[in-house]
Amino acid sequence: MDIIIKFILSSSVILIMFSLAGLLTWVERKQSAVMQDRIGANRAKIFGFKAMGLFHAIADVLKMLSKEEFMPQGANKFLFNLAPYLSVVFALIGFAAIPIGDRLIIGDRVIELQAANINIALLFIFAMMSMGVYGVVLGGFSSNNNYAFLGGLRGSSQMIAYEITMGAAIMGVIMVFNTLDLQLLVRAQGDYLLNGWLPEWGIFVQPLAFILFLTAATAETKRTPFDLPEGESEIIGYFVEYSGMKFGMFFLADLVETVLVAALMTTLFLGGWQVPYLHPDGFHFPWGAQIVLSNLPVTILGVLSFFVKVSLFIWILMAVRWTLPRFRYDQLMDLGWKTLLPASLLNIALTAVVLVLLK
Amino acid sequence: MENPTKQRRNNLEKYFEVKGPFALLRVAQMKRAWKQSNRRELTWWEKTYIPTVVSGIALTSKHFFRNLGLHILHLFGLYKDIPAAVTYQYPEQPRPLAKRLRTRHRLMKREDGSPRCVACMMCETVCPARCIEITAAEHPDPNIEKYPAEFILDLGKCVYCGFCVEVCPEDAIRMDTGKLDIAAYSRESMIYDKTRLMDG
Repeated sequence: MDIIIKFILSSSVILIMFSLAGLLTWVERKQSAVMQDRIGANRAKIFGFKAMGLFHAIADVLKMLSKEEFMPQGANKFLFNLAPYLSVVFALIGFAAIPIGDRLIIGDRVIELQAANINIALLFIFAMMSMGVYGVVLGGFSSNNNYAFLGGLRGSSQMIAYEITMGAAIMGVIMVFNTLDLQLLVRAQGDYLLNGWLPEWGIFVQPLAFILFLTAATAETKRTPFDLPEGESEIIGYFVEYSGMKFGMFFLADLVETVLVAALMTTLFLGGWQVPYLHPDGFHFPWGAQIVLSNLPVTILGVLSFFVKVSLFIWILMAVRWTLPRFRYDQLMDLGWKTLLPASLLNIALTAVVLVLLK
Repeated sequence: MENPTKQRRNNLEKYFEVKGPFALLRVAQMKRAWKQSNRRELTWWEKTYIPTVVSGIALTSKHFFRNLGLHILHLFGLYKDIPAAVTYQYPEQPRPLAKRLRTRHRLMKREDGSPRCVACMMCETVCPARCIEITAAEHPDPNIEKYPAEFILDLGKCVYCGFCVEVCPEDAIRMDTGKLDIAAYSRESMIYDKTRLMDG
């Protein structure tokens, strides 16, 4: 029975995240269009229905599936085929450890809405995100193309540089909430500051860490303004030699990583599935009012709030992408090593001092 | 009359006080140096990129929410006169054309439906692309000397200069049909005869 519940839970998490990532191709096109006073893709139709261009995602996938799979001469066949799978798989595995809701009680069975209850969930996600570098490096290395190779090198050095900042930025969060288990971390964010008015979310107790993490995570997912490894139109990226669905998988991995980073930021900084003033037995407002709710609506509200927050972060990431121009490579490295890393170390020191003083 | 190169050199000497064969280069150098000396050192707060990033996102978000709101209102049929996008959905929604834009030709008609053209050959003569070919014939009405038995216009050759319209003494040819999307699968079907031109 436990196995069946786990199976249902994990497959639904994967399905939700996959479809969310697929939907992002549409969101990206439409959001950029609306931002730039355009209309955006709206021509693909099924039986005369356009559905605001939603079918373009299906059309894109069909096109990619039916395209020729080209492999350059002298490419390493095994690694060339392996690289896109590595990218997608390691991006998807991260979702296993992200809690999407509070515990659901059915009868006398308690279900934690988290695909895998790992007590070092944060480390697990970071390990998986670091493994994503292999997709980039192998993709560039095995193509037997110097441009792809350079793109892969650019990508790996950027991702490794910003991973350090990312890790150092969340140190502050870990120190405040004193846990690596993401479910416990979210539960700890259910406390309140300022006489119960302000929820103790990561963004309020660690604002500097939030900015650092947001920047580093954007670089980690290789999105503009840090999209030098890809540089679709100007500088050639690590997946020049890929065509058809293998290119599509790199593309998908990019979007899945965007969702993953948004989910991670929600969990760490926006209180995950927490709804303000919602406790396991209903709403307790700071001005004294109360609404009593049973377990099921509370859990549903929690899951909804998680996805609303994830969408908010995805919106921010997209807005950043369509607002800012790309960094030069030396500026990118300067920002990573000379600004973000010292700032994140400073954040750790400040947090430590404040924690000791508060004790 | 001075030649233009010499004139420019004189101007350089006058305004920038530089002389000699490399004067232009010197001026470019001076301009660059002036620009660099006027470049402001960024403050610490500006170097964090935060103010520019925030103001940039504020600008694009303003567009986003304004257009999104308008798109939603349009779905309910409200405020249709305020466009949410600058796009013209071309084949269904043509762009508004300027009144004086030169588009495909048409031959004007008399009241009885015959062409107003008197086959004076002015347009054929003035045409720089030589795309007009008129065969004249005697008109049965003694008040009108001639009429075009054939009026052939090759749109594959036409350069849309509009000289034929300007030169016509009878106002018999105009370029105001508003038709821009002229395309054909063969050169022959680009050749328009009298009836096609008169039908508009």
